[in-house]
Amino acid sequence: MTETIKTDAVIIGAGPCGLFAVFELGLLDIKAHVVDILDKVGGQCAELYPEKPIYDIPGLPEVTGQQLTENLMAQIKPFEPTFHLSEMIESLEKLPDGSFRLGTNAGTVFETKVVIIAAGGGSFQPKKPPISNVDEYEGQSVFYAVRKMEAFRGRDILVAGGGDSALDWLLNLQPLANSMTIVHRRDDFRAAPDSVNKMRALVAEGKVNLVIGQIGELKGPGGKLEAAAVKLPDGTVSEIKCDALLPFFGLTMKLGPLAEWGINLEQNLIPVDTEKFETSEPGIYAIGDINTYPGKLKLILSGFHEAALMAQSAIRRINPDKKVVFQYTTSSTNLQKKLGVA
Amino acid sequence: MPSITFISSSGEARTVDATNGSTVMETALQNGIPEIEAECGGACSCATCHVYVDAEWTEKVGGPSPMEEDMLDFAFEVKPESRLSCQIKVSDTLDGLKVHTPARQG
Ligand SMILES: Cc1cc2nc3c(=O)[nH]c(=O)nc-3n(C[C@H](O)[C@H](O)[C@H](O)COP(=O)(O)OP(=O)(O)OC[C@H]3O[C@@H](n4cnc5c(N)ncnc54)[C@H](O)[C@@H]3O)c2cc1C
Ligand code: FES
Repeated sequence: MTETIKTDAVIIGAGPCGLFAVFELGLLDIKAHVVDILDKVGGQCAELYPEKPIYDIPGLPEVTGQQLTENLMAQIKPFEPTFHLSEMIESLEKLPDGSFRLGTNAGTVFETKVVIIAAGGGSFQPKKPPISNVDEYEGQSVFYAVRKMEAFRGRDILVAGGGDSALDWLLNLQPLANSMTIVHRRDDFRAAPDSVNKMRALVAEGKVNLVIGQIGELKGPGGKLEAAAVKLPDGTVSEIKCDALLPFFGLTMKLGPLAEWGINLEQNLIPVDTEKFETSEPGIYAIGDINTYPGKLKLILSGFHEAALMAQSAIRRINPDKKVVFQYTTSSTNLQKKLGVA
Repeated sequence: MPSITFISSSGEARTVDATNGSTVMETALQNGIPEIEAECGGACSCATCHVYVDAEWTEKVGGPSPMEEDMLDFAFEVKPESRLSCQIKVSDTLDGLKVHTPARQG
């Protein structure tokens, strides 16, 4: 059992709005923990369009998704947020004293006075191959991520996909595996050329079996994989012996566990008021793409505004005795000290 | 105005009007066509707007660019007539285009 992290604020989601919430909370002396299932910060901007320019961020005539993320990280640096990446918030419950307990899929537990849901379009999760009975095998024989390499020692591994994740894991796990096969729909790999060359060398040495085709059906009783049927380009089916399948088909946004946290939802969005951006549960806020209210625009700039107002309410809940004075960063020495510029 | 017919995985056909210069994906979303998700909004970076171009149209529509071909790796049950609909621009030459949508995007 890991130790419980006690804090004032936990932000769910490290997209642009979650990152900017760190800033607005930080100006009010609230330290935040930020959790994201991705292994990087930036949400949609970093995952879906890092190189595309955005033209409607006020004051930045043109900025790419990646640059905006980097700028936000520089802007929030003085507030020293703690990031918990590659972790998904799975549970959220209210405690008798009005605070909240949150748990991640990696076992981290938080106790926090306020929760900021900045979950965007939902959590990015691996795409599941359209195999009817894939659920039965998940966790036992089908894995979308590798947590412990040792768990794969001596196994007959089948990796599916042609991107960097597929090839990185193939190269990492091959020395441990009893046998290693990669199945990909074409004999062209989008992964980094260096990884592709290494993979091709292993194929030439007979250490990796390369099959061009697409996974069809899984075979084996009770979730124990024994073989996978692969459809070959000529229409025939080849059966590949394997006891572990690692499919890497990229990520998709799924609402995920937040549907089970007892807050009101409207068509997979969280209704909030437009004064505090609070959900149906006082102390739980929702900002950015995940929330909805009359006139909502799913824009980054809306999420920034929502973060500022949310923080004004959050401070009153976290520290009811504190007098909040409205100040400008330009002229307030107090704020400038917090930003490390005074 | 060119028209496009979307045929669902269960065989239901829906014909809608499209605007020249817009994409087949945008046309689908504007008309509430199911089975097209388009999570990335047309940035060619999600592969959730996958369609199969009807056999009669594959030649006119043409094949995917290398970038799109790479992204198709993240789609499922990819066939030679697979395309990402956000990468197909509507024009008069595509009037009457027929595409089939897959049962699952991701
Ligand atoms: C191609 C494209 C172009 C765009 N162009 C523009 C533009 O020009 N201008 C503009 O303003 N907007 C644009 N947008 C929209 C903009 O990207 C979104 O409005 C913005 O990303 C929303 O930010 P967010 O922080 O609310 O959520 P997101 O960016 O979606 O981030 C949410 C994060 O929360 C994480 N998460 C969710 N649930 C959990 C959980 N339970 N546990 C852990 N982590 C979780 C997710 O993994 C994700 O990383 C564009 C979007 C796309 C796809
Ligand atoms: S909409 Fe994302 S690839 Fe087409």
